[in-house]
Amino acid sequence: MATTPIAARRKLATPPPPSSPFPYHPGSLLSVMDLTVPAVSHLLERAAVLEHQDPVVRDRILQKRRIALLFYESSTRTRTSFELASKALGADTTLVSNLSSSIEKGESLKDTGLTLRALGAEAIILRHNSSGAAWLLEEATRLPVINAGDGMHEHPTQALLDLRTILAHLRPGVAEVGPETLSGVTVTIAGDILHSRVARSNMLLLPRLGARVLLCGPKELLPEMAAKSSPGIPPQRQGPVAGGPGIEIERNFESAIRQSQAIMMLRIQAERLAGLQLDLEEYKAAYQLTGQRLASQAPTAIVMHPGPIIRGLEITAGVADGPQSTILEQVTNGVAIRMAVVERALTTAEGLLP
Amino acid sequence: MTTLAIRNGHLIDPAAGIDGLKDILIKDGRVAEIAAPGKLKLANGAPVLDARGLTVAPGLVDIHVHLREPGQGYKETIATGTAAAAAGGFTAVAAMPNTTPVNDSVEITRWMQAPERGAQVRVFPIAAATRGSKGEALTDYAALKSAGAVAVTDDGRPILKDGIMRESLAAAARVGLTVIQHAEDTRLTQFANGAASMNLGPVSFRLGLRGMPAEAESAMVERDIRLVTELRELHPHLHVAHISTAAAVAAVRQARRNGLRVTCEVAPHHFLLTEEHVGLYNTHAKMNPPLRSAADRDAMIEALLDGVVDAIATDHAPHAMHEKEVEFENAPNGITGLETALSLALRWLHKEWRMPLGRVLSLLSAQPAALLGLKGRGTLAVGSFGDVVLFDPKAEWTYRATESLSKAKNTPFDGWAMLGKVHYTIAEGRIAHAISNRE
Repeated sequence: MATTPIAARRKLATPPPPSSPFPYHPGSLLSVMDLTVPAVSHLLERAAVLEHQDPVVRDRILQKRRIALLFYESSTRTRTSFELASKALGADTTLVSNLSSSIEKGESLKDTGLTLRALGAEAIILRHNSSGAAWLLEEATRLPVINAGDGMHEHPTQALLDLRTILAHLRPGVAEVGPETLSGVTVTIAGDILHSRVARSNMLLLPRLGARVLLCGPKELLPEMAAKSSPGIPPQRQGPVAGGPGIEIERNFESAIRQSQAIMMLRIQAERLAGLQLDLEEYKAAYQLTGQRLASQAPTAIVMHPGPIIRGLEITAGVADGPQSTILEQVTNGVAIRMAVVERALTTAEGLLP
Repeated sequence: MTTLAIRNGHLIDPAAGIDGLKDILIKDGRVAEIAAPGKLKLANGAPVLDARGLTVAPGLVDIHVHLREPGQGYKETIATGTAAAAAGGFTAVAAMPNTTPVNDSVEITRWMQAPERGAQVRVFPIAAATRGSKGEALTDYAALKSAGAVAVTDDGRPILKDGIMRESLAAAARVGLTVIQHAEDTRLTQFANGAASMNLGPVSFRLGLRGMPAEAESAMVERDIRLVTELRELHPHLHVAHISTAAAVAAVRQARRNGLRVTCEVAPHHFLLTEEHVGLYNTHAKMNPPLRSAADRDAMIEALLDGVVDAIATDHAPHAMHEKEVEFENAPNGITGLETALSLALRWLHKEWRMPLGRVLSLLSAQPAALLGLKGRGTLAVGSFGDVVLFDPKAEWTYRATESLSKAKNTPFDGWAMLGKVHYTIAEGRIAHAISNRE
């Protein structure tokens, strides 16, 4: 006997979902949802300016300001580019990693954050293996916190640098972005979507600029619910979230890349699989980006990868090093984007920037 | 002989069928007389509570609380947990056995009830169903029952093995005890690198948290009902703790139609909140079972309104502040609930969703008391225990976790609007809680 639930039938009032108190600090970047589209546009503009600025002038922007990099996971690209970006603006940085600090002795994230603040840190860049860690740290310290990757959740600066890379190739010369900038652009994100913070941040950012995002991967790594995962709780000040055609699932890899102007390949995160059995040969047969697939289905698309890449698994060496690859360009864009994000973190509260 | 008279209150005792202005005389911890206003014959100077403007009801009964003693006194003690219970109008609480050590013995069951614990209201221990709650060997149900245990459960560590659960239901049926199951197939919720930390669905995907599927609950409830069916000659009583999914409620509804003795309780957070209330990793919205989808939450409301749910139970699960101020995945499960259950039920179930007041009170007293066979509780019929709650049904107030009498402050209801304020809680004739003057 199927019946409509009484609560639905009677349209009973229920307690509303909570409003978000985050971010506490206007300079924080916890999620790409902390940024309105105009704010994204402004960051891209600043990245372009800072990238070409006279190093001597640039060095004075954050002269002697103190930034802590707090890294609970190993990282090459993100850590180094944040460090280079901070130093390029004249800031002093200090690196605290879980393997060479009191974290090993059991110090909590809250206490570690408060300790860094007491030592004079004015902003903290956090990489952590638990989803949501950046929110915990911001609440505890009330400092500007930049999320450099939290568990399987978000990696907002990666999405911004990916956006910069996409714009450079598909919308060259565009200085400002808006809700329609990427209209007509389809981006495939393929691979281990389930465990990917890069995928989540891109899914929350690209559709707001008009792009269509196709998610591609096997059910184990891409559950159906991924397409239904509504955006995070938007900051109260932000208007409607939806801007583009949104997010779809396309299980057929060749069909996905055939429709795409940008292809974002992801690594299988073996460290998070936890007993999930995956036949890698089957996976490669269905989802590996090979030179042959690329030439036949997407001969002009750009090929992106947030790294680290596992050559011979999700992508062949030939494609990774090939003419369509933007992998190293993404890395370079990371420094420019992170300069803009770090600058925002340390200057927003002072009212120097909008 | 000690007496306490309550005069001029509006007595609502659904079990006794009373709804009107009455005076009550409690003598030596028991209800001695119910009379029309002004008709009690009292000695000069006898203590009297003036209940004018207040609703007078049987003391509330919570059949699912964690008082953390023995062994976890830094989270809560029997004294502080029962003080919070009294503040919330509860006069009897059934305490879960996941203590340190696990309450799987006569000694601990007695220890929990000893006067030295300083309980403000009656504590009924619920003993472990298996030794150490390891799900392997049954405890001694007859001995535990004579020591005061009112049910058995391995709460939080569900009995996965069919054979052990069957043995438990049969053994409990023979001595007249209820088996309470925390229904969760942990094979679907716990992994090599840790446990899932919220409901599985689009929200858990978005937050990058591993999720617990609704099927982990419903599959276990269905398995248990199948065992109860197989054992129906013995009339076992299965009680499903903190039910949270539409599918599990449907299974219980069907079992009842089939004449089985299967009951269930629902916690206020499961009929009020959804997975969206996790917000951005609020550890005060992390519990097990987790906050579910809106459809599941609506099914809880429906089940309350249509009578499938037998009791509202809080699953009061106090934790120390530092344990909740951590990464969401690392935070322990559980929230407090004793001080907010009545007022949330009045605010939402009664005022918003129009459940008659008598039924709300019954779900919080008469029905849970009957469910666990707590004689003389949940009613104010003459001869019953003098367990009474007096509350102002119209008072609107705001709950502040910092003012909680519990040691713990881990509640998602901090700052919430409440309806109905407890003025007095009387436990076996003794005033266990009185509203402070500054309120």
